[in-house]
Amino acid sequence: MNIVNAINNAIDIKLNEDPNVLAFGEDVGKEGGVFRVTEGLQQKYGKQRVFDTPLGESGIAGSAVGMAIAGLRPIIEMQFSGFVYPAFNQIVSHAARMRNRTRSRYSTPIVIRMPYGGGINALEHHSESMEALFAHVPGLKVVIPSTPHDAKGLMIAAIESDDTIVFMEPKRIYRAIKQEVPEDKFSIEIGKGKIVQEGTDLTIVTYGALVREVQKAAVMAKKQGISVEIIDLRTIYPIDRDIIRDSVTKTGRVITVTESPRSFSVASEVSQIVIEEAFLNLEAPPKRVTGFDTIVPLPKGEHHYIISPEKIYYEILDTIKY
Amino acid sequence: MFEKYNPINDLMLQVINNDGKVINKEFFPKLDDIQIIKAYKDMLFERTADLMTVSYQRQGRIFTYPPNYGQEAIHIASGMVIKNEDWLVPAFRELGAYLAKGATLKEIFLYFMGYEDGTVFKDANHILPISVPIASQLIHGTGLAYAAKYLNKKEVVFAYVGDGGTSEGDFHEALNFAAVWKVPVVFVVQNNQYAISTSKEDQTVSVNFAIKSVAYGMKGIKVDGNDLFAMYAALNEAHDYCSKGNGPVLIEALTYRKGAHTTSDDPTKYRDKAEEEKWEQKDPLKRLKSYLIDNKLFSEDQEKNIIDDYKKEIDRIFSEAENYEPYSLNEVFKHHYADMPQDLKNQQREHENFLKWKES
Ligand SMILES: Cc1ncc(C[n+]2csc(CCOP(=O)(O)OP(=O)(O)O)c2C)c(N)n1
Repeated sequence: MNIVNAINNAIDIKLNEDPNVLAFGEDVGKEGGVFRVTEGLQQKYGKQRVFDTPLGESGIAGSAVGMAIAGLRPIIEMQFSGFVYPAFNQIVSHAARMRNRTRSRYSTPIVIRMPYGGGINALEHHSESMEALFAHVPGLKVVIPSTPHDAKGLMIAAIESDDTIVFMEPKRIYRAIKQEVPEDKFSIEIGKGKIVQEGTDLTIVTYGALVREVQKAAVMAKKQGISVEIIDLRTIYPIDRDIIRDSVTKTGRVITVTESPRSFSVASEVSQIVIEEAFLNLEAPPKRVTGFDTIVPLPKGEHHYIISPEKIYYEILDTIKY
Repeated sequence: MFEKYNPINDLMLQVINNDGKVINKEFFPKLDDIQIIKAYKDMLFERTADLMTVSYQRQGRIFTYPPNYGQEAIHIASGMVIKNEDWLVPAFRELGAYLAKGATLKEIFLYFMGYEDGTVFKDANHILPISVPIASQLIHGTGLAYAAKYLNKKEVVFAYVGDGGTSEGDFHEALNFAAVWKVPVVFVVQNNQYAISTSKEDQTVSVNFAIKSVAYGMKGIKVDGNDLFAMYAALNEAHDYCSKGNGPVLIEALTYRKGAHTTSDDPTKYRDKAEEEKWEQKDPLKRLKSYLIDNKLFSEDQEKNIIDDYKKEIDRIFSEAENYEPYSLNEVFKHHYADMPQDLKNQQREHENFLKWKES
């Protein structure tokens, strides 16, 4: 399975199992989404449960809030993360706050799916990585898988969660990785990272499409005798402090690699966690290897922005030298 | 015109039929033969450029591209009505209108090759860049129109959106603000029947899109968007109406997106051949050409020569665009702030250091 198949499979399992689960959004029904993530599901479960909405993100998210209050479990799609902003009001003002506002009387178990990230030579608004915006909002959880296996397990967990989950899908690797994934239902706990590779000299914290780029950089580092431990966060919020602490306590060095802008980012948060949890073990300042604090350039300029394995390797050397 | 074609009655302004015969003398616009021939040639240019751009995309020479073919009458009529001082507020599927406003085909190519430079339209007066977030640009149109009124300028704003875009909240806010403020903006809904795979029927249950104007207390009209004369007449009337300070107008232009949504889309997934063939009868170029030939203003032979010339010219422009200057790192940073924060300068310098290391 690739990531597209895995998410489709997870949604399929939950649609089959729970009549309260619905999936909808722009072009989600008949066509199965512009990336075909929901392909075949309308044919299987009918138009009442898997459907195309009018073109309005606020309508999609806001109606999901109402449905969720009434006991349904909507899985909604923002066609690209760059088009979530009309829905931002509903997500931030209501989905994230309804439980608190009603002292837990009402909850909003919604999965807000959105393809995100760069590297696909896209038009404007199709390349950004704005996970920090959502992670910053009290009341939301933010999940980003990097493999088909994790995508399936995390999607099952997200649909079953009683909280609102922003589920960001790294579209650059939608079809790039194939993996054996169990056909049966399984879930992966939200809030738990994963050690992708063990190492002793330096920890790299990353997620999404950049996990693979970090692995390539780690191979380059290994040739220089540098042993890199790689953490895939998998959940951005709530962030897995334990896995970060345990790793950095061991290695003493940490780099966070993300494709989002640097300032006020997930990378900044990881650095602060390291300072709080492993200050006395640090042998170098925590480093952030991120996109620039700029808008992602259109395709002809995007190579300047993309985080390459060479760039990661360069920063590894810099941190080791410190 | 707006009284006669009140959208409540679901009438559609049409001037020529599918065979190019004039069926509505009353609204036949005051255009001379030379203007009509030019309009046809412009439509032909738009179509030729558009189809060639699709094939450049197929050859991997540009990235994703949203084709325009089938909707040329709306664009060329817009170009004829929109004056130099008027504003054009694009969505992203109005190629012929941008060109008429002074945008260059080279810029269009650059944009879809992946340069921001391509949407600056630097030699065109009063045009905004292409807008990707659906319907969001309409409110800028309302704001531009407020400014025109406030500054006492004789400008009318023309703002474009698709049928899908009418479902966004921004569409409704744009119309309501414009009506409340009574400002000179013409909203043009290109109803090409689809928003990607979503049909018009899944978008609205209103009898037409023009009727949405009624709730906001503004004028609206449904027009045959594949009829150049009808489009010209309606746009011209709207221009006139706005210029006189009467407030905004909503025009629904009924048309068909003959191509895919973009080059990444496959329309066979959601529509059938029979439907495409039905719309083929209403093709805007075919209809205007029938009119021209009936009136002995044009011939098939002429057309072939013209298209050959266009193709050469378009290929030449395309290779010029392909030889555009490389995209420097500086360009990534330069245009975010009038006063660039130090942080950003540092990030650029750090990256330059990395590049130096990489070379060594
Ligand atoms: C706010 C927003 N949501 C979603 C998209 C993705 N998208 C691009 S074009 C499109 C359909 C637009 O349909 P319509 O308004 O009818 O215009 P058309 O493409 O037919 O010209 C969608 C959903 C977007 N660009 N912006």
